[in-house]
Amino acid sequence: MDSPFRGFRAIFYKESLHLRRDSMAIMFALLIPLVEMVILGAAIDTNVRQVKTVVYDQSGIMEQTGESHGSQQSRALLDRFRNSDTFKVYKYVHSDKELTEEMVAGRAKVALKIPYDFDRQLLRGDSAQVMVLLDGSDSSVAGQTMNVASAIGLDESLSRMLPPGEKPAIEIRPKVMFNPDSRSPNFFLPGLMAVLLLFVTTMLTAFSIVREKERGTLEQLFVTPVRPLGLMMGKIMPYFGLAIVELLMILAFMHYAFRVPIHGSILLLVGLSMCYMFTHLSLGMLISSKANSQNDAMQRSMGIMLPSIFLSGYIFPRDTMPLIFYAMSYFVPATYMMDIARGIILRGAGLAELWFNAAMLLIMGLAVLLLAARNFKKMIV
Amino acid sequence: MSDAIVAQDLVRKFGDLTVVDKVSFQVKHGEVFGFLGPNGSGKTTVIKMLTGILPLTGGKGVVDGIDVSENPDEVKRRIGYMSQKFSLYDDLTVLENLRFYAQVYGLRGAEINRKIEETMARNAIEPYKDRLAGKLSGGWKQRLALGCAMLHNPKILYLDEPTAGIDPVARRKLWDLLFDLSGQGITFFVTTHYMDEAERCSHLAYIYYGKLIADGTPDTLREIPEVRPPGTHRFEISTKDVTTALRKARKLPFMRSATIFGRSIHALIDDKITEQELTRELDNIGVHPDEIRPLAPDLEDVFVELTYRHQAEREAASGQSV
Repeated sequence: MDSPFRGFRAIFYKESLHLRRDSMAIMFALLIPLVEMVILGAAIDTNVRQVKTVVYDQSGIMEQTGESHGSQQSRALLDRFRNSDTFKVYKYVHSDKELTEEMVAGRAKVALKIPYDFDRQLLRGDSAQVMVLLDGSDSSVAGQTMNVASAIGLDESLSRMLPPGEKPAIEIRPKVMFNPDSRSPNFFLPGLMAVLLLFVTTMLTAFSIVREKERGTLEQLFVTPVRPLGLMMGKIMPYFGLAIVELLMILAFMHYAFRVPIHGSILLLVGLSMCYMFTHLSLGMLISSKANSQNDAMQRSMGIMLPSIFLSGYIFPRDTMPLIFYAMSYFVPATYMMDIARGIILRGAGLAELWFNAAMLLIMGLAVLLLAARNFKKMIV
Repeated sequence: MSDAIVAQDLVRKFGDLTVVDKVSFQVKHGEVFGFLGPNGSGKTTVIKMLTGILPLTGGKGVVDGIDVSENPDEVKRRIGYMSQKFSLYDDLTVLENLRFYAQVYGLRGAEINRKIEETMARNAIEPYKDRLAGKLSGGWKQRLALGCAMLHNPKILYLDEPTAGIDPVARRKLWDLLFDLSGQGITFFVTTHYMDEAERCSHLAYIYYGKLIADGTPDTLREIPEVRPPGTHRFEISTKDVTTALRKARKLPFMRSATIFGRSIHALIDDKITEQELTRELDNIGVHPDEIRPLAPDLEDVFVELTYRHQAEREAASGQSV
């Protein structure tokens, strides 16, 4: 009886040899993940802290010298800013011109200007105004510093209005779940996993087939008794194995080197990751059925990589996307993997919460695989 | 004993385009069958149909007694195939390439090693077994590729331009090997553009725009009436400025056809004109040949003549239809 997987062992044997001698593939699978994890895990901190701040305090100007060491009130306010951990006052200036210069030069992200009548207004019971200039060229820094500055203003005002010992009527007590210290590695590394796995699965599989097209060896294989399924599976399996090794390596590194706690089941994570790998191996097949050179395959892989990075919620939250991009993100497999990885690792989610993601990945993978198989059939003829 | 390969009215269409048009031929066991034709004439398509890759639009193909339409997989198992690119894996060693193809053709266990030993001995590639295939020279690559294609003892081998880009010594050696093997009963289906190789085939067929326009031994082809029409004979005219001479000579009324071969012109003329008359006529139009001698047609003449003739027919046919 002729098995539809005929030739699987031969192809698997050969492909494993290729993989062993392909230093680029090994680098992609094992070295690049480590480098990226170090960069994203250690170097990037999305929490806004110690923002460089310049101050022009007009209050308390000495009549004779024109120098200012601030007034009692303004010093109290500035202490509040300093103690917030968000601002770091690195310089005092003595004119509007200097203040603007520091901002334009980019040395300061925030500039505070306290007017000369600051104390007088406060004592009179009027509203004292403090100008806060923000560098909007980095919107997330500008947004966060603005919030903190406003909060300091409100807080300071409240404490002045309330009699000593009195508590405000409502007190907000926020508690951050799943990532209580708001650590960046906890947020980035599970997502990075999804992006890194994509390289090995999509790109390396696509390359392995396109290379045979370029060399003319694929044509030769069609003349042998190797069956299409045997060929495909023999090609896929070594990369599937490599992807699993990579996944375990990433998990270990993430957990032991970056102390990211894994709250859910590792077994479930590996299982659901396999669904994701399947989707991307199929995409690799689809690319290789269309691409005629490794360059071409590279371009097409980029077409999958970019939406996976930008639309999946890996860097930018999906909820704030315009509707059309939000809708598009449903067609990006990495979106589901992002949810699976963060869900299991950070929230301790189980299959009950994540079965839909797994199902979507499998459906997409199957659809793509059928499309690829159809293209291959056309290619032979 | 039945024929090794039988093509019966093979037809292959791609959409409206008929690429192979009712091609029929028979190849006997042990023959070296040369399949010739210009690029794009349908050679590769015929090979694809007779190796079980490409379904037929019409007609019938039988290879080693197996119908290619009914059981393409069985056909693939019984044949060997080597393309001009040799289809080896450059980053695998000689031994690994052989091992891979042994597995592809379903050999198992001890048989794999036995067949590999045998192949390496026959092709004398044993000393190179641990070398990467990419590091072999063209001739050795070709031997290895042939070895890979023959691991499973196929009785029929398809060689698609096996000597393209190979040095003359390696070419000669390969052909010696082919004859040695064909003596053992193996049938070869070979495509080539080299006329000296075509001369060595025991059976030739020539395909042009999907139609088979010649089929026979090299000797019978040389005698076909299109090439040696009654009432003509052939001369080789050696002269200095061949291009100018050709342009002038073609204007002579008795000149049936004229083609440049190196530094001489092969001319087909009415046999009423003798060698002396030809010399005189050429003199009159300002061509002063160094030498004129009678010529038996070689295979290149045959194919050039056939190609011109069919080209003219095609143009006439398309002219009418427009």
